[in-house]
Amino acid sequence: MKKVFVFLKPYRMQCILAPLFKLLEAAFELFVPLVVASIIDRGIAARDTAYVLRMCGLLLLLALVGYASSVTAQYFASVAAVGFGTASRKALFSKIQSLSYAELDKLGTATMITRMTSDVNQAQTGVNLTLRLLMRSPFVVFGAMLMAATINARLSLIFAGVIAALIVAIYLVMFVTVPLYRRSQEKLDRVLDKTRENLTGARVIRAFCMEEKEEADFDDANGALTAAQKKVGRISDLTNPVTYVLINIGVIALIYAGAVRVNLGELSQGQVVALYNYMSQILVELVKLANLIVTVTKSVACGKRIARVLEMSSSLSAPATAPETDPKAPVLAFDNVSVSYAGAGAPSLSDVTFTLGRGQTLGIIGGTGSGKTTLVNLIPRFYEVSSGSVRVEGADVRDYPLEVLREKVGVVPQRALLFAGTIRENLLWGNPGASDEELYAALRTAQAIDVVESKPLGLDEPVEAGGRNFSGGQRQRLTIARALVRHPDILILDDSASALDYATDARLRRALREDLGGMSVVVVSQRTSSVRHADLMVVLDDGEVVGMGTHDSLRETCTVYREICDSQEKGATDA
Amino acid sequence: MKEQKSDKVSGMRALGALVPYFKRHIPMFVAVTVLAAASVALTLLVPILIGKAIDLIIGEGQVDFVGVARLLLYVGIAVGATALMQWLLSVCNNKIAFEMVRDLRRDAFRKIERLPLSYLDTHPSGEIVSRVIADADTVSDGLLMGFTQLFTGVLTILGTLAFLIWLNMWIALCVVVLTPLSLFVARFIARRTYSMFRAQSATRGEQTAFIDEMIGGQKVVQAFTHEDENQAKFDEINERLRRHSLRATFFSSLVNPSTRAVNNLVYAAVALLGAMIMIYPGGFGGIGPALTVGALFSCLSYANQYTKPFNEISGVVTELQNAAACAARLSELIREPAEKPDAENARELPDAQGEVELRHVAFSYVPQRPLIEDLSLLVKPGMHVAIVGPTGCGKTTLINLLMRFYDVRDGAVTVDGYDIRELTRHSLRRNIGMVLQDTWIRHATVRDNIALGRPDASEEEIIAAAKEAHAHSFIKRLPQGYDTVLTGDGGGLSAGQRQLLCIARVMLIHPAMLILDEATSSIDTRTEMKIQDAFARLMRGRTSFIVAHRLSTIREADLILVMKDGNVIEQGTHGELLARGGFYAKLYNSQFEV
Repeated sequence: MKKVFVFLKPYRMQCILAPLFKLLEAAFELFVPLVVASIIDRGIAARDTAYVLRMCGLLLLLALVGYASSVTAQYFASVAAVGFGTASRKALFSKIQSLSYAELDKLGTATMITRMTSDVNQAQTGVNLTLRLLMRSPFVVFGAMLMAATINARLSLIFAGVIAALIVAIYLVMFVTVPLYRRSQEKLDRVLDKTRENLTGARVIRAFCMEEKEEADFDDANGALTAAQKKVGRISDLTNPVTYVLINIGVIALIYAGAVRVNLGELSQGQVVALYNYMSQILVELVKLANLIVTVTKSVACGKRIARVLEMSSSLSAPATAPETDPKAPVLAFDNVSVSYAGAGAPSLSDVTFTLGRGQTLGIIGGTGSGKTTLVNLIPRFYEVSSGSVRVEGADVRDYPLEVLREKVGVVPQRALLFAGTIRENLLWGNPGASDEELYAALRTAQAIDVVESKPLGLDEPVEAGGRNFSGGQRQRLTIARALVRHPDILILDDSASALDYATDARLRRALREDLGGMSVVVVSQRTSSVRHADLMVVLDDGEVVGMGTHDSLRETCTVYREICDSQEKGATDA
Repeated sequence: MKEQKSDKVSGMRALGALVPYFKRHIPMFVAVTVLAAASVALTLLVPILIGKAIDLIIGEGQVDFVGVARLLLYVGIAVGATALMQWLLSVCNNKIAFEMVRDLRRDAFRKIERLPLSYLDTHPSGEIVSRVIADADTVSDGLLMGFTQLFTGVLTILGTLAFLIWLNMWIALCVVVLTPLSLFVARFIARRTYSMFRAQSATRGEQTAFIDEMIGGQKVVQAFTHEDENQAKFDEINERLRRHSLRATFFSSLVNPSTRAVNNLVYAAVALLGAMIMIYPGGFGGIGPALTVGALFSCLSYANQYTKPFNEISGVVTELQNAAACAARLSELIREPAEKPDAENARELPDAQGEVELRHVAFSYVPQRPLIEDLSLLVKPGMHVAIVGPTGCGKTTLINLLMRFYDVRDGAVTVDGYDIRELTRHSLRRNIGMVLQDTWIRHATVRDNIALGRPDASEEEIIAAAKEAHAHSFIKRLPQGYDTVLTGDGGGLSAGQRQLLCIARVMLIHPAMLILDEATSSIDTRTEMKIQDAFARLMRGRTSFIVAHRLSTIREADLILVMKDGNVIEQGTHGELLARGGFYAKLYNSQFEV
């Protein structure tokens, strides 16, 4: 939780002033019963009109000063709470951006979004109410007790008893409800998940006529959420009635004990009224406090969830300064590299060793799930090796600051994903300083120039979230251009031509060869035609290297490679 | 000012949209009203009882202990009963509010299932999610506060007024004259905060959409070390949200102190008036009984209680304003026109033969940008039709039309001679198995993912389908085999493995027609060759539409359609098209270019 409270630090002044002004307001309120008691005992009993007028003027003054303090307090509380929410969101966003692929996989998208939206909002409300009320309520409660003690010390013991009973009751309710709130939040996550799924998978769901079943499933999740909410409600709503009963037991005791004292002449009628008023002030504040505790409980649960994300440390630690690189060393070297994902049975990649020289092309070929993507993900250090080492320009990738390493690598991921904005903005992701000429050059190499030219606004054509307004092939070519814009030392094409037709793919390969100069290329593909001219080819099968060499040597020596070639060339030869 | 007014109108209309959801809770609502009335009456009785007790405690040796004890017993009974009723009241309120939100979410979800795809294709899913989740929550919070406090509030006001009049006419009058101030203040603030909440809500939506996109694409963001730019953009939205939130939060938080200040004013006035009436009995025309200390005490308690419900009601008003802003966004979604329902006399197509015809079809996504103009085509049952062409030529559009994800603008698509618009969508789609390039895996077990189209399939059938799709061997190697829970984005599965699961889905349903939209583009050819026979078996006797760029997979097709810019420019068999030496031949030969 410390991680979360840090965000209040810049608002230290507001965090002190808001409760302080609230206390000021409360202090003025605490004088009211005393003033009323004097009106009864001195003003009315002595028929002293001037005194009554003076006292009523005092009541009015107390009200106005109280109001001014309260408005000030609300302002400070709003500033601190909203500032807190803003800083939390900022920190969460920045934390999520710093997490490695392994942690991102673990957290899941839906969870991250809930943390950043509804959890932060709830926590922000919690901070606001806490600043406004959490100090004020106990202050009024104990203040009322102290004021009662100045009237009659013995009777204030009743106050002490009532307050103790109330604290126990409220604590019990909290104790029971906190885990229940957590559970109902989990149910909400499920509803969120269902909603997202049905938006992203609308086509498949409709194609399979799953609408009714989806609705039934959603109703289950939604019903479970409602049931969980109602269950928490039933318990947390005990707070108000229970406090009401306890306070009134106090009132009954107070009036009766007061009657005994008045009969003995220790107490006046007006003082009994004042004591009662203090008791009812306690009631009012405790009702507020109880409601506050419900909100704060929820907020604390949210805060804890936020903190859990903030406490995640990226499993990757990287040094701040760039390592010595050796210009003569191979641009990329794998040395006995193995990778096992957490929780998976067999290793995804075992004992891979190869080197790739500057300007050379590495082809990685293998079936689905053979570990190709895992292998290339190690180069920009998206995942960590379990054993062995990956070296770029002679230095271990773990010795590079992440941004230095990733500047050297241009990645075209399997899933061609563009972002809302314009084509230009998307391309500039590769290199924010690139000129239009550079963008066009990259587009030409990536065979994407016609995509841009076919759009009325050219580079400024808007791109919708995810690149939905472009076809799969257009997206792929744009993502290739995006990677080229950064002029990387190593370009990784992770099955990036899968949505391209053969003609475009062939043109792309030719252009890459001609335009790239000293750039090394790592091509992951299932098409032999995409990799057959590679200087070095690695054939993977189930995470194992089953062959390494050139197209010709592999045809001779590697059964798996031969099978792959056969599966693709059969069509060509008998055409 | 005009803006404010229209905001208010739409807010009212949004609340009106909630009425149907409320209807079935009317019996419960009646119970709530009765409980509220009873508990308010008993709550109001307590100050009178205590006031009377105080009048029995006059001074030294002047205490009527028997009377005091009797009155305090009544207090005890009233308090116990009130507490019980209050609890029941909250339980009932929770039931109403939570169930209303449940129903709202249910309908929003139902609408999502029925929205035209053109809507889903053009609205960020993050924004829709925010409506169904966050906005619905705010509506629920608003309603909860509203139900509990609005009615007890109103009843307390009326009850207090009655008791005050009964105690003393003049004090009652003083309270009645001064309270409108409280109402006025609350109204004044609420009017100004509604548009602030609306602005906050809109900015929040914008931020959620951004978060949704960037967190979803986080891996790409990191690959391009684009974190700093994202953070900057995020901070900009975040800062705007901070400004809107601050205004909304601060101004709405003024309601309570302001009404409380009015409350204290009334309290002082009652104290003054009460004291004066007691000092000068008869000086005010002698209306009502002369005041005792106990009665003044009761009046002061009431004066306190009288303005408190105004505090609460104004609090409710703020919450309701906020809830109305969210309800507006939610009901906008719920009232969004659904796709055209099946025609009333739509017929079922139980087992299609699979004859598909396109008659003079014209279609475009955007009216200004024509795509398909006058396309005609006849596909006999069992024919295998391959659609090829450069990327973006309209191949996928044909499939959108055939599945009726979109309706043609002109002409007609028929299956077995029926215009597909005269068939129920479900019976049409049940006859078509579809595998898309964009694989979609749901957050569920592998088993549930395969059994998507036939949830009642037996274990044997599921495994058989997985084996046919060559998915069985990798599934076995997953940590929990068929019980492995996959996350929405496919988790640890490769694109190819995801695709194999999607194929297994279709393997399980054996439809009359097949659509394979780049279905094998992310499967390696070695595996594809291995499942080729499974595909062949799947396609045997079934009308199949195959969109592919891998020409080797479509050579066997009975008819190849070559599309370019929305038109079929060549059609024929592989041999015919090669012989013609046109676009297809060029395309085909290019795959052997190096």
